[in-house]
Amino acid sequence: MIVYGVALLSGCLILGMIIGEALGAALNVDANVGGVGIAMIFLVLAGNSEKFRSLTQDAAGSGIKFWSAMYIPIVVAMAARQDVAGATEGGLLAIVAGVAAVTVSFALVPILSKIGKKSATEEN
Amino acid sequence: MDIIETVFVRNNLVVAFAVVGVTIWISYLLADKLTAGRIHGSAIAIALGLIAAYFGGVATGGRTGVADFALLGGIGLMGGGMMRDFAIVATAFGVQLSELKKAGLAGIISIFAGVIVSFVVGAAVAILFGYTDAAAITTIGSGAVTYIVGPVTGEAIGASDTVITLSVAAGLVKSILVMIGTPLVAKYIGLNNPQSAMVFGGLMGTTSGVAAGLAATDPKLVPYGAMTATFYTGVGCLLGPSVLFFLVSTIY
Repeated sequence: MIVYGVALLSGCLILGMIIGEALGAALNVDANVGGVGIAMIFLVLAGNSEKFRSLTQDAAGSGIKFWSAMYIPIVVAMAARQDVAGATEGGLLAIVAGVAAVTVSFALVPILSKIGKKSATEEN
Repeated sequence: MDIIETVFVRNNLVVAFAVVGVTIWISYLLADKLTAGRIHGSAIAIALGLIAAYFGGVATGGRTGVADFALLGGIGLMGGGMMRDFAIVATAFGVQLSELKKAGLAGIISIFAGVIVSFVVGAAVAILFGYTDAAAITTIGSGAVTYIVGPVTGEAIGASDTVITLSVAAGLVKSILVMIGTPLVAKYIGLNNPQSAMVFGGLMGTTSGVAAGLAATDPKLVPYGAMTATFYTGVGCLLGPSVLFFLVSTIY
């Protein structure tokens, strides 16, 4: 049943969001701390586990794959509802701050990726 | 006309599916015919979405791009946080646990490094523009983290409304730039494997930016980048009004 996979996906998101909200409350932060990331870990665990086979194989699996494939269309819709006009109205300061933060962060990707490779080879 | 409007408004989510479908079809056609596949179709679709959002915002004066047109209200639901998070989680289906473990440490480091670096850069720009009070500098720095961290921090430490608005704008610029820039720089920063995607997500942090940027680069990398990115805003909200504000106030 396709809906089994969709329900598993929904369950993972709801559980992740609850944990993310609880983490936020525990840390006294007005934000959801990693709810989506935690939900993703649940789905990875379920997908790699024998116990959840009936919820992730065959038709049930295609219920999850459908939403995974809808990701790009949803992102296109998300782009179309951004406050782009507001971003340009912020003036020079907002543009300089945003551009500078992105440029420096881009430059750090290869440097930090090396740490990842090093720690991975050490473990092996 | 009334009949069409009624049907469009009543079925706004269905209209959104159709509009986005046509947009993507045109984008892939353009990518194929004009750029011979060098630019990803989804990158063009996302760029078209952003351009449409700009004109939507200018025309309606609203805050949600084309979704402020009554006929396209469904875009707001389809591209809203709930659907975005649902689809992001779905992309994790098929991810191997071992890949996550490999980049675990670098991923965690990148989240903290990303928040601190963006904050420092944003705060430095605020100082360059002549701000001298700690609350304003901290708030603008937090805006450079993400457009959620900016107002959360600003409200917590009592920054002015103008400064909070500026911080949101800085965060929006960042998010949009990550959407457009990622496919262009991917080759030069080694963004072609799950490990570097996790580091990338942690460093950039803006969930919308990372989600769209990676989708336009290589959809297979999306779950890895998204996973770390979703912790970023939380860490930013944690550090902004506390440690980072404290550090800025000792200087100013």
